Amino acid sequence: MTATQPTAGPGTEASEQPGVAGATSGIGMTGGRKPGGDARETLYFALRNPKVIIGMVVVLGFLLLGLIGPAFLKYAPMDYAGPPMAPPSADFPFGTTTFGQDVFAQFVAGLRSTFLVGLLGGGVAAVIGMTIGFVAGYRGGLIDELLNMLTNVVLVIPGFVVLIIINAYLGVRSVPMQALYIGIFSWPWVARAVRSQTLSLRSRDFIDLARLSGVGVGTILRREVAPNMYSYLFMTFVLLFGGSILTAASLDFIGLGPTNAMSLGLMMNQAVQWSALHLGLWWWFIPPGLGITLIVGSLYIMNVGLDEVFNPKLREM
Amino acid sequence: MGGYLARKTLVYGLTFVVAVTLNWLIPRLMPGDPVQRMVARAAVQHPETIASMTEYYERTFGLDLPIWQQYLNYWAALFRGDLGTSVWLFPAPVSEVVLAAVPYTLGIMIPAILLSFVVGNSVGAMAARSRWLDNVALPVGYLITAMPYMWLAILLAWGFGVALGWFPVAGGYDFGLVPQWTWSFALDLLQHWVLPFLSLFLVALGGWAIGMRNLIIYELESDYSNYLAALGAPKRLIRQYAFRNAMLPQITGLALQLGTILGGALVTEIVFAYPGLGKLVLSAIQNQDFFLLQGTLLFVVIGVLVANFVIDIVYVLVDPRTRTGLTGATS
Repeated sequence: MTATQPTAGPGTEASEQPGVAGATSGIGMTGGRKPGGDARETLYFALRNPKVIIGMVVVLGFLLLGLIGPAFLKYAPMDYAGPPMAPPSADFPFGTTTFGQDVFAQFVAGLRSTFLVGLLGGGVAAVIGMTIGFVAGYRGGLIDELLNMLTNVVLVIPGFVVLIIINAYLGVRSVPMQALYIGIFSWPWVARAVRSQTLSLRSRDFIDLARLSGVGVGTILRREVAPNMYSYLFMTFVLLFGGSILTAASLDFIGLGPTNAMSLGLMMNQAVQWSALHLGLWWWFIPPGLGITLIVGSLYIMNVGLDEVFNPKLREM
Repeated sequence: MGGYLARKTLVYGLTFVVAVTLNWLIPRLMPGDPVQRMVARAAVQHPETIASMTEYYERTFGLDLPIWQQYLNYWAALFRGDLGTSVWLFPAPVSEVVLAAVPYTLGIMIPAILLSFVVGNSVGAMAARSRWLDNVALPVGYLITAMPYMWLAILLAWGFGVALGWFPVAGGYDFGLVPQWTWSFALDLLQHWVLPFLSLFLVALGGWAIGMRNLIIYELESDYSNYLAALGAPKRLIRQYAFRNAMLPQITGLALQLGTILGGALVTEIVFAYPGLGKLVLSAIQNQDFFLLQGTLLFVVIGVLVANFVIDIVYVLVDPRTRTGLTGATS
């Protein structure tokens, strides 16, 4: 899978060593504090961090464009709207395809699929990974052994390859289904990281106290363990979000994308298929890739900024 | 050491079984019937001919047996190295088709992985705690890793191939040449290799640089670094120790990233119409050749498992803790 596990992003290494970039905040800093008590402080530093601001502005800008853009467009993505192979102009800001379709309309529609895949795929992976990580780390023993084995097996299987098989055979042709399958194969590193953090939280006094007071495992995990790593979990989700977008783009590019929707990967697929490269139609293949790069890149950079916000040690640099 | 490797072997063995089972199972959940499709493609009208063709194909592909026997036969065939027969290139055996494509994929993947690993780690180590280099390398690194593999490949193909005309943009060698051991053919092969290699190399580069930068910063904050600094050790020496420690998670990261880079190689090959496994996958999908698709992907899975195992052995050699049974790598 194309960069489904962003080693690049801080956090993957944290599976081995919490603290690399982003994991420290989970345990060291907020360990004994009341969750939520420092939300204002977090916001204060977040709004003063250029990386967070820049990343947020770019991502939200694209999101807004995808959400409200279609309302202002004259043409649908697949309409034969204008002259074929027209370069960018006032009427068609991103030009037209070989068939005269409006590239900008396709781009805006593709943004929607991109955000949907990121949200759903990242969400599914986050839920699976965190559940397995929490349970394995907290319960320990045989359950931990089994879940750990499962995590390692899924970790080694090249998920992208399995996704190709699933999409090719089962004909996954809608964006939500595609996102679901992507999520199912991109959770292992999350489970590993969450497990190792839960392990170190498990022996803290406040967890013992909660256990003594007789509340159930689910409640302890939800109310005592998770709040102490909210910052880390949020950053994990951001990475999963970006990873799902990249994986979906690769699948779409191979021709295993949605048939009932437009996506940025599909645009690149069509551009290459109809030899936009040789015809020099750069306005057809540059926007979709640039859009993905900017969205995912901004997410990564935002994460570095968030890391500095959550972890005062990095702030002083 | 024995315990560590035994545990790893168990995981890989289990993974192999799961992967093969998935590979066998998923096609059988598919709506539609490949045999029907193939008979339809032959475009014969006579019902008797259709019946005999259907029977022939079902026997050839073993679809008329009970399901458990199909599963066992699948394993048996696998151990004989028999991955079935390609429908698209009928009657070429899948294993032959795949083996012909493997050298091209390995030819761009192995140099790209090794070089990006070495260069990326060096750049990342240099960038850590050096303000101006960090300010340049970090954003650039993040943007490069955020690039979809095929987009960078498209940009390179368009820029260096179509616009500048420096390199060819399609195929593994010139269509006018016949593969043979001559200098002109080798040169041609090299020219076609440059762009796919470069695009794979560049995307992987950013990730290693960023990972190494973060790790070095973490190591420089640790107690042993502070102690060395307090003793008055030169900065260079401290950085050397930090680098060696930071390499360990990076090697683990290499194992984790293999699948991702492989996916990248597949789509990169498609952009350049490079005759490796990626192009086989595409052709198999377009021609509905499911035996070829399965065989190719199974081969890929085995390759990733073997590579993972090699990396584990390297890890044992590099990290002494795994040898003495202390808690080194988590398995």
